[in-house]
Amino acid sequence: MSPSTRSSPLRVRELLSRKDKPRKLKNALLLGLLALASIVAVLPLFAVFLYALKQGISGLSVDFFTRLPAPVGETGGGMANALLGTGILLGLASLVGVPVGVVTGVYLSEFGRGKVAALVRFSVDVMTSVPSIIVGLFAYALVVIPMKRFSAWAGAVALAIVMVPIIARATEEILKLVPVHVREAGLALGIARWKMILRIVLPGSLGGITTGVMLAVARAAGETAPLLFTAFNNQFWSRGLDQPIASLPVQIYTYAISPYEEWHEQAWAGAFVLICFVLAINLLTRLLLRRSV
Amino acid sequence: MISKQPVDATLAPVELETRNLQAWFGDFHAVKGVSLAAPRNLVTALIGPSGCGKSTFIRCLNRLHEEVEGARVSGEVRLEGDDIYARGKDPVAVRRKIGMVFQKPNPFPGLSIQENVVAGLRLAGVRNRVVLNEVAEKSLRQAALWDEVKDKLKAPGTSLSGGQQQRLCIARALAVAPPVLLMDEPTSALDPISTAKIEELVLDLKKEVTVVMVTHNMQQAARVSDRTAFFLLGELVESGDTSTIFTNPRDTRTEQYITGRFG
Repeated sequence: MSPSTRSSPLRVRELLSRKDKPRKLKNALLLGLLALASIVAVLPLFAVFLYALKQGISGLSVDFFTRLPAPVGETGGGMANALLGTGILLGLASLVGVPVGVVTGVYLSEFGRGKVAALVRFSVDVMTSVPSIIVGLFAYALVVIPMKRFSAWAGAVALAIVMVPIIARATEEILKLVPVHVREAGLALGIARWKMILRIVLPGSLGGITTGVMLAVARAAGETAPLLFTAFNNQFWSRGLDQPIASLPVQIYTYAISPYEEWHEQAWAGAFVLICFVLAINLLTRLLLRRSV
Repeated sequence: MISKQPVDATLAPVELETRNLQAWFGDFHAVKGVSLAAPRNLVTALIGPSGCGKSTFIRCLNRLHEEVEGARVSGEVRLEGDDIYARGKDPVAVRRKIGMVFQKPNPFPGLSIQENVVAGLRLAGVRNRVVLNEVAEKSLRQAALWDEVKDKLKAPGTSLSGGQQQRLCIARALAVAPPVLLMDEPTSALDPISTAKIEELVLDLKKEVTVVMVTHNMQQAARVSDRTAFFLLGELVESGDTSTIFTNPRDTRTEQYITGRFG
């Protein structure tokens, strides 16, 4: 066969079509592998959720949401104080963490050039991965020791430290999505830079920033370690922000390691409520994001 | 077809003028010593191939170039004889007098049509509702958009079509009553009909403002401008009456560009 017929268009097409079958087979094989890996990745979520549902559903009742924990040996009781406590802790932590986080994010996105910004960005990144027990220790040294008592304040400080880097990075990323030409339009109108950022760039990205904040809240809601020796725990209603306060994760932890069957059931119920809360925030966030984009 | 009388630019007073304007991006020398005058109430078109420095040049005219990291400017830009780069000049105040319309329509996201138009006033602290409403209507009329949006002023600015958005941006720029309006390829992202509307609008606007416009489209320059400046590799090759530049250019490079031999 001469070289010209070996490379003729007809021959090339035939050669290519001969590769079709193995290509399709390989494609199907790899697709199957990808699907399998994806299922393995999301399986734990469903497993955890279903298991918490199965174990926790029997402990759920009106009492669970409205009553204080029952003393050992008595049946019934609930986690009302822990639910409220988590709410208070998250509220206090947000009061500090949201402004600090958002402002840091604005700084990183709008003015973040040079060495200082690089240092801040690096620190924020490191903060995201600091083990939360160390955040707890830090808040212990910073707040608990000087106050000489466990308190809601100390717990809130610890949770705020968990939230700040998440909010800061989310805000930075969202603000960077605002196109340069929108910023330039503001500047070209004779609007001062800070005002342009505050009144044009920020409002335009409010949906995205809210998303970041909510994800940070969801993350903080489930943190246990930072609260163990800051907010501590409390079997009763908190008597003030300078007093120990109950929280859902710590209450779950306490009940789960107890030897009482009754408490185990309550711990599962608490776990189920916590998962639902976090899931709800995430779903809400997605909804918000879809609406704002 | 829009008819246009040839204008004797030597009679019109100069509104905006550059003297030996130089601009850099880091080490890149983008504008090399340009001296150009934009006469009052006329349209000056800046033409030239991509990368010739005309966009950088126009961004120096309202001190926007310096907002880019590593950017640098030297030389003078005189607005009614007053150098906007003089020591102590506030770029924010300068930009209020020299408005700008960009290549891509860029209404502020999240703001309504009305809010977009009066954003420059509101963010400068003007709160009087009556004034804001009046300015909004006047600017939208000037931008030939009023009839299309008067019933939906509360709708988001981004809900308009591309051509409408660009006229909204023109209205927004006009709302702060600048004596000069810079336009950086204002129609290059628009369809032919929207383009025609904006060209017509520019001819109307020059009764009140002095326009400097970058364009890639030589027909557009011929249609709307009174004066034309040809840029090449960061230098001003020549400038003059549009009819002269297009029919009888002094420089062979201008002629070659205009006749489509490069660019």
